[in-house]
Amino acid sequence: MTLQTLTAHELLNLIKQKKTSAQEIYRSISSQIEKTEKDVHAYAHIFQNPKIEESRECPIPVAIKDNICITDKLTTCSSKILSGFRPPYNATVIEKLKNSGAVFIGHTNMDEFAFGSSTETSYYGPTHNPHKLECVPGGSSGGSAAAVAANEAIWALGSDTGGSIRQPAAFCGVVGLKPTYGRVSRYGLIAFASSLDQIGPITKDVRDAALLMNIIAGYDEKDSTSANIPIPDYTQALIDNVKGLKIGIPKEYFIEGLSEEVKRAVFNAIDLLKKQGAIFKEISLPHTAYAVATYYIVATAEASSNLARFDGVQYGLRIQPQKTRKNPIVDLYEETRDAGFGLEAKRRIMLGTYSLSSGYYDAYYLKGLKVRTLIKQDFEKAFETLDAIITPTTPTTAFKIGEKANDPLSMYLSDIYTISANLSGIPAISIPCATGKDNLPIGLQIMAKPFDEEMLFRISYTFEKNKNH
Amino acid sequence: METTQQFETVIGLEVHLQLKTKTKIFCSCANDFGGEPNTRTCPVCLGLPGTLPVFNKQVLDYGIKIGLALNCAINNVIKFDRKNYYYPDLPKAYQISQFDLPIAKDGFLLVPSLNNELKKIRIHRAHLEEDAGKLMHDAVHPYSLVDYNRTGTPLMEIVSSPDMHSPQDAYDYLQTLKLTLQYLDVSDCDMEKGSLRCDANVSIRPKGETKLGTKTELKNMNSFKAVKAALEYEIARQTSVMLSGDKIIQETRLWDENKQMTFSMRSKEEAHDYRYFPEPDLVPFTISDEKIQSIKKMIPELPIDKYHRFIEHYHLSDYDARLLIQDAPLADFFEICAKNFHDTKKICNWLNTQVLQELNERKAPISKTLLTPDNLIMLIQKTDAGIISNLAAKDVLKIIFETGKQTEQIIEEQGLAQISDDVTLEKIADDLIRENQKVIEQIKNGEQKALGFLIGQAMKKMNGKANPKKIGDILQRRIFHG
Repeated sequence: MTLQTLTAHELLNLIKQKKTSAQEIYRSISSQIEKTEKDVHAYAHIFQNPKIEESRECPIPVAIKDNICITDKLTTCSSKILSGFRPPYNATVIEKLKNSGAVFIGHTNMDEFAFGSSTETSYYGPTHNPHKLECVPGGSSGGSAAAVAANEAIWALGSDTGGSIRQPAAFCGVVGLKPTYGRVSRYGLIAFASSLDQIGPITKDVRDAALLMNIIAGYDEKDSTSANIPIPDYTQALIDNVKGLKIGIPKEYFIEGLSEEVKRAVFNAIDLLKKQGAIFKEISLPHTAYAVATYYIVATAEASSNLARFDGVQYGLRIQPQKTRKNPIVDLYEETRDAGFGLEAKRRIMLGTYSLSSGYYDAYYLKGLKVRTLIKQDFEKAFETLDAIITPTTPTTAFKIGEKANDPLSMYLSDIYTISANLSGIPAISIPCATGKDNLPIGLQIMAKPFDEEMLFRISYTFEKNKNH
Repeated sequence: METTQQFETVIGLEVHLQLKTKTKIFCSCANDFGGEPNTRTCPVCLGLPGTLPVFNKQVLDYGIKIGLALNCAINNVIKFDRKNYYYPDLPKAYQISQFDLPIAKDGFLLVPSLNNELKKIRIHRAHLEEDAGKLMHDAVHPYSLVDYNRTGTPLMEIVSSPDMHSPQDAYDYLQTLKLTLQYLDVSDCDMEKGSLRCDANVSIRPKGETKLGTKTELKNMNSFKAVKAALEYEIARQTSVMLSGDKIIQETRLWDENKQMTFSMRSKEEAHDYRYFPEPDLVPFTISDEKIQSIKKMIPELPIDKYHRFIEHYHLSDYDARLLIQDAPLADFFEICAKNFHDTKKICNWLNTQVLQELNERKAPISKTLLTPDNLIMLIQKTDAGIISNLAAKDVLKIIFETGKQTEQIIEEQGLAQISDDVTLEKIADDLIRENQKVIEQIKNGEQKALGFLIGQAMKKMNGKANPKKIGDILQRRIFHG
């Protein structure tokens, strides 16, 4: 049996019918990893002998992004500077998964500290797209998306700061959800940009995303930014019916840079949903053009502060200076950080440090916050009359490894459609909607009001149910 | 030619106060002093990757209380900001502090000074923040160690306006501030343990000039006296720099207690750019007017108000009132005594001398001792009535502190009552007159010292239990009138 190719809800049914066991499922994943991992390189660290308990609610093999803390497991953000770091505590989402009986397979490869859109900046080397190995899986949760797409995990957790769940989900042909900011606890997620980061599910289909959200979502008193709002049963939102739903198509998202095949795929998806009774309307989100610039100011500023703690004093890499240049402790900081961070991390730390510096704060960071408010208001206004907004997830399908590695600007632009959801805090999902050239998947992005993940599930589910008919 | 007298000093103080809440400011670790290094820590206060701060609401209450007691306006919306800098005792490499929306601002403190006037020192702002850890260096090892026990201890930083004009002003301000904070019961206010720390900004300017001169910031003073001494040194140093025609450099200077001098630590050019920005891990907090009102009700009578009331209501001297309010439990004790005994001056005499001495020896507040107001009043009354001598009264007080026994019981058990009955005393007087004819002659010739000698002899015969005033009276009567 090829258990590893099934979804969690299919596997849970088989378990219920006593046709398989947690052990058997794990073994199928294990042997798949043995077969494909050397080509895909989805994992940064694979855990030996994970705890598997039969008769638990949900003994599903799950892959965890390398920036989510698991007690005593190497958690390194795929960075050299966190070499050897084993947290003494579990992230809240890990506690929740553990309580449901999930089986932890490993920590997945990622762009160093989630800085990137291709998983090429990992200290452990790039992950390959399972659909076409010379292509990137997207990023920064590239390892998580590739693991699910390559059947090396049934579920994965990613984190999304500017598209880091949705963009790799689109590139790898899987479902990826960035929940509303505050819906899932960030406790234990090693921060990139605290006001933008959210943990979310990467799964093979929409039902699995709903199941995984049922486990990980909810208020956490350890995270002051998590929302104290009851969570619904997300599987109740899996309704094959979009009749009368009002969906916006923002004209600013269909501009130069969007590839023909992606554009065609998105409009085909729109046609399908129209046939199902959804009402579409062209809308304008006038501040869209400023999203990427705003994001790179806000996100790098927070990152420069969040990454300051990696200084070689308490944990992770420490380079002991051989001779004194400035003074012993400053030398230790400089040599450790110089050796420990990759190029992209250094670039972003410098960008963020600059925009927070005295004399530049008003012109950059403060202005960034103001534009962020305007972008948020665009969405608030749109959602006064709309139930959802549909856009492409990415301008193109997966690009080749190395193609954009030396061109940060064009790399940054690959997040152009996903960044706004983070800046405004709204939930957004990417679902596979078509296959393009070279058999590469194309993603469809749906966005909704804050805390209305149910709307995303409803539209996604309807699309998924009807796309093959 | 300019001279020392032509300059005016301007001083502003920054006081860091550790708040004695049950737990730390952003995690649930015990907030305490000392302990084995790194035992009062958790992933949050160690700043481990992925952890998040959760604000301790008790800190908010304490902050509001302090703000109100310092006559500040309390901001209805407060937020936290990150102050970014690298130091091994700061595990996140930023301190969570408050930048542009501090909890309290625009207050003042009335400071009684030596010549009985009240000086109004404005409070510019007061904000909440977290304390850092402690570095431990020694001369033996080529490395330093870090103790994170103190990391995350709640701090309130109280920043005065530059309203002080002498080291004595600064000293008086610190004394009054400390006393006020002690009344609020929000901090140990112990400079030696570091629960109260003070940095001073000082500059001088020609008299009549309204623009502030270039300031230096003084750090590393471990007592109020050290603050005073450091300021005195620094004013003299700045004055001589000015007199020699040089310019003061804006810099941070460290006080060296052994050398009694300040030394340059870093200049303005080397100053940190802290890159403050709003702490994204904490949401802004709103403080309702109801909350402020309910905390206002919890503020006890403050020392300055107590001082005025004691003088007005009990007619105490400035000296007695000032001394009593230094110790809130002692002041409370005084008031209970004053309800039952009219002579407030006498109560003060006892409290501000013998009792205070006992308290100092025991290092305990009066409320934690065995002395009760009733017992003290009884002691005063017995002494007044001549039943025990002043000397014996001191012994009785000591025994009360040790055992808590009633005054009367102690007098009886120890046989301290003075012998005042006329028959016994007159017999002794007769004996003495008979035995000391030579001395009697001297007394008759007006030598008062000789009478003292006889009284001494009488005390000796009575094992110190004679009432000395009474025996003196009897001796005089017998000598001069037969």
